[in-house]
Amino acid sequence: MSDLETLEQSLLSDIASAVDEQAIEAVRVAALGKKGSVSEMLKTLGAMSPEERQTKGPAINGLKNRVTDALSARKSELRDVAINARLIAEKVDVTLPVRQSPAERGRIHPISQVIDEIAAIFGDLGFAIAEGPDVETDHYNFTALNFPEGHPAREMHDTFFFPPDQNGERKLLRTHTSPVQIRTMETQKPPIRIVIPGKTYRQDSDATHSPMFHQVEGLVIDKTANIANMKWVLEEFCKAFFEVPSVKMRFRPSFFPFTEPSLEVDIQCDRSRPGEVRFGEGNDWMEILGCGMVHPNVLRHGGLDPDEYQGFAWGMGIDRIAMLKYGMPDLRAFFDADVRWLQHYGFRPLDMPTLFGGLSA
Amino acid sequence: MKFTLSWLKDHLDTDATLDQIVERLTSIGLEVESVDDKAALKPFVIAKVLTAERHPDADKLQVLTVDTGDGKPVQVVCGAPNARAGLVGAFAAPGAYVPGIDVTLSVGKIRGVESHGMMCSERELQLSDEHNGIIDLPADAPVGTSFAAYAHLDDPMIEINLTPNRPDATSVHGIARDLAASGLGTLKGDAVTPVAGEGDCPVKVSIEAPELCPGFALRLVRGVKNGPSPKWMQQRLLAIGLRPINALVDITNYVTFDRGRPLHVFDARKVAGNLVVRRGREGDKVMALDGREYAPTTEMCVIADDNGVESIAGIMGGEHSGCDENTTDVLIESALWDPITTARTGRTLGIITDARYRFERGVDPEFMVPGVELATKLVLELCGGQPTKTDVVGYAGHKAKVVSLPLSEIKRLTGIEVAKAESLDILTRLGFGVNGSSDVVDVTVPSWRPDVDGKADLVEEVMRIHGVDNIAPQPLGAHDAVNGKILTTLQIRTRSARRALAVRGMMEAVTWSFIPAKHAELFGGGQPSLKLSNPIAADMSDMRPSLLPGLIAAAQRNADRGVGDVALFEVSGTYESDTAEGQRRVAAGVRRGTAKLEGSGRSWSGNAGNVGVFDAKADAIAALEACGAPVDRLQIETGSPEWYHPGRSGVIKLGPKVVLGTFGEFHPRTLEGLDVSGPLCGFEVYVDAVPEPKAKPTKTKPRLDLSAFQAVKRDFAFVVDKAVEAGTLTRAALAADKKLITAVSVFDIFEGASLGEGKKSVAIEVSIQPVEKTLTDQDFEALAARIVENVKKQTGGALRS
Repeated sequence: MSDLETLEQSLLSDIASAVDEQAIEAVRVAALGKKGSVSEMLKTLGAMSPEERQTKGPAINGLKNRVTDALSARKSELRDVAINARLIAEKVDVTLPVRQSPAERGRIHPISQVIDEIAAIFGDLGFAIAEGPDVETDHYNFTALNFPEGHPAREMHDTFFFPPDQNGERKLLRTHTSPVQIRTMETQKPPIRIVIPGKTYRQDSDATHSPMFHQVEGLVIDKTANIANMKWVLEEFCKAFFEVPSVKMRFRPSFFPFTEPSLEVDIQCDRSRPGEVRFGEGNDWMEILGCGMVHPNVLRHGGLDPDEYQGFAWGMGIDRIAMLKYGMPDLRAFFDADVRWLQHYGFRPLDMPTLFGGLSA
Repeated sequence: MKFTLSWLKDHLDTDATLDQIVERLTSIGLEVESVDDKAALKPFVIAKVLTAERHPDADKLQVLTVDTGDGKPVQVVCGAPNARAGLVGAFAAPGAYVPGIDVTLSVGKIRGVESHGMMCSERELQLSDEHNGIIDLPADAPVGTSFAAYAHLDDPMIEINLTPNRPDATSVHGIARDLAASGLGTLKGDAVTPVAGEGDCPVKVSIEAPELCPGFALRLVRGVKNGPSPKWMQQRLLAIGLRPINALVDITNYVTFDRGRPLHVFDARKVAGNLVVRRGREGDKVMALDGREYAPTTEMCVIADDNGVESIAGIMGGEHSGCDENTTDVLIESALWDPITTARTGRTLGIITDARYRFERGVDPEFMVPGVELATKLVLELCGGQPTKTDVVGYAGHKAKVVSLPLSEIKRLTGIEVAKAESLDILTRLGFGVNGSSDVVDVTVPSWRPDVDGKADLVEEVMRIHGVDNIAPQPLGAHDAVNGKILTTLQIRTRSARRALAVRGMMEAVTWSFIPAKHAELFGGGQPSLKLSNPIAADMSDMRPSLLPGLIAAAQRNADRGVGDVALFEVSGTYESDTAEGQRRVAAGVRRGTAKLEGSGRSWSGNAGNVGVFDAKADAIAALEACGAPVDRLQIETGSPEWYHPGRSGVIKLGPKVVLGTFGEFHPRTLEGLDVSGPLCGFEVYVDAVPEPKAKPTKTKPRLDLSAFQAVKRDFAFVVDKAVEAGTLTRAALAADKKLITAVSVFDIFEGASLGEGKKSVAIEVSIQPVEKTLTDQDFEALAARIVENVKKQTGGALRS
């Protein structure tokens, strides 16, 4: 065996037995470094005769190339080994839980969600949203709405009062959202199309009554709006809100001081399944709202001529329709802020009700 | 308002079924609240005892054979002492539910003898408390037929939920009138024939308060014999929940319901002198028929005699002059009382009676005198006696309202065309007078409809009788364009704040607007003008000055349930005064325990620490950002309200005057006052204080110039006095070169002896964005020098060596 062959075998053996990148580098330096064994051999070429060079040259260069290739192959092999070892070392238990994102944890209260649903529907019908104060005057809450002083209808509204001021006038907590009808008529000329969601207060407390609750009022004033239009608006609303293809509603003549004619509206439903109400089917009638043509005296109090302008108004309980739609059994829990209840009945912060995406996705 | 079907049929000639009547009542506005069709009594049939033998094994039991009408006598074991051969009674077969003992019968053995049913007592049928024996009917009672029908107990009872505007429908007669007008039968004659009397009524009436009593009719009937009223009357009164007392009292109750005409009867021999109608006086006292004593005030109307107050006008009579079985001479009163006074008196005294129910709605003034006549007729029929003439005082007669009705008004308001003839016919059938033949008619309002004032009221009458169901829905005029924005800026901000806070892992609460006085006072509220005069509970008395006390209390409630790490928020109203402007729109939130943004409690990846001022600050800024506040211009200052921890709280301002919010941990005294514990922080942001954005002609965003040069970061550490605020230092650094420096952040705060007494080190990272060229080392050095110089000038600090 020639020297070259011996050297090559020795180098290839060193390369094969190198166990890490450091060892392979040492082999490379020992072979191909400035004073490496192969480099030293290459240096001897200069001193050779051309004939000798002709045979030795290719042999030595061949050796160099084979060693270089072997080095690079082994290097790459070793890098793979190293990476694999690192990957094994870096393994974690991916079943460990991660923290829930805040957006998953947060909740919107059903009342806010339902108000947004209402806004989505009535926005589509060209209504604006109006608001008014909770602390009201007797004028806006009663007198301007055609509740005569001492009339039994005032009795129906178990009103919260504040102490009388120096003029003997006492403020009150509004018993309905209707005062905003007058406030709107005072500041905006017809045509008026508004819905008024907000807090209302009555001295009442049980599973379906709370001293504080939420109402949404609707008001349309122009020169033609009539009961037939009102029936259409309310039926369309109920279909859209309860997300059913059809509803059956029963309009019954009734009485409210601020509307004439006045109607109460029942909605057909099926309550045979415990804890669930289905609309558009069944044999039960459930009262859902009150409505009517705005009373001429109310139009007058709002500064409008009842022979020129006309319109309709309605009011319904937001908490109530929320309970009907989403099945909460007890109104009092709405105001308890029990996070278990909020977590269950609340809505995710990014679930925005829209008509194009369905109110409740 | 309750009545029975047979009672209705006294006034309405109709073939309609109960179901038809009930449906029609609701559809014309007399909403049926409940119907008792007496189905519970259907299983009981009349049966005759054929034989009665002693039970072989029981002394007190008998074995009966009973003929139930089908020719196959059944064996019944019975313990009633009056059971005997020949008795005719009420039988319940196996399978029947007996309400009085709450048992569904089955065939059973009693002491070894089979019993195939039961002969019932009145108590077992819940007819009375009678249980000394089984029902014992006359021998000619038809065996095999319905016991309820025979005993007139099958008369269905209907209850109407009457609206406050319909005094006419507080009477069976008025309800019949409405049904007849709707085409469901014919109203039977309503004229009351006067009963002639002999001589004047010896008891005179003077009205000292005519404004409270626009009329009074009085008549004496002598020589009556008062006892129980007849069975038919008792049954009707019982059916509507009234207890029969005696004939005279029952007559007044009967007429109250039959005609909506409340009456009162005085025992004439107990009345001293004449009657005076007057206001209550200091010292007045009356023991009323409910057995309670009342002290009428000057706001109330009473009927008095020489003994004092005998009756609270329009509401309840006095016990002293009431009629009993010894009454021989009876004064019948039929009067008119001011509705408002009656309502107020009833409310003040807390008395609800059938008389008040009618007078506060307004009774038919034209039926005051017929009411006396009808009562007299009934008294004579049931109790005998000789009537005097009726004395009528103070009644000026009824002046009927006339309303001009353009018939086009019906279509204008309802959207349906009702034929003129039908409209007028409906009004006529309801008792309205109609004059004129043009398209505008004069309509005279009947005396029993004080609620009808104007055109719209008449439209309602036509609409409800014609049928609301006949109005077909019509779309509301469509808008001709895509809808624009419908929400106001405040409404949008309210919604955005909600969603932004919920995205931060907080849950939205809706808490009470009224809170305990002590809580309100702790948060700067509690002024008298915002205290409810009539709170529903003592701890719901004051309008909240802040959302925080309600939220903190809610967090504590959750903690008490075992959920201590809670993050709650609310976006709602607070009340600074009782004016509309005093109601603010506030977004507020609290975090308790370890309820941090990233999550709460322990985790293998790192436990959440206690919440603190900076959690609240981050929430507050997030809420403000959602509201569109210019967050880069916010100033954070100390000096927050006293309910916060003075050293761990801040105020968020925009310029020197506009306060946008507060945040922080709470003062220990606040937590003590609220009776709560635990790591707590919170914030309040005034949504309505955020300035409106400037209106811009386009939605185009400002031009974006992206620098081509690499951005770099440089760190500096300054030693400053402890009192120096980080905000001052970072502002100073930022101001060193507004063009090149894009951001300054604080990445370390260090305090230690090595720095010297009262000193701290603040380390900042300055982000630099070259805009025109790559910066040279000299450029950086110059910039660093400017930063150090500026910080030194503003804070007195020096670069840490």
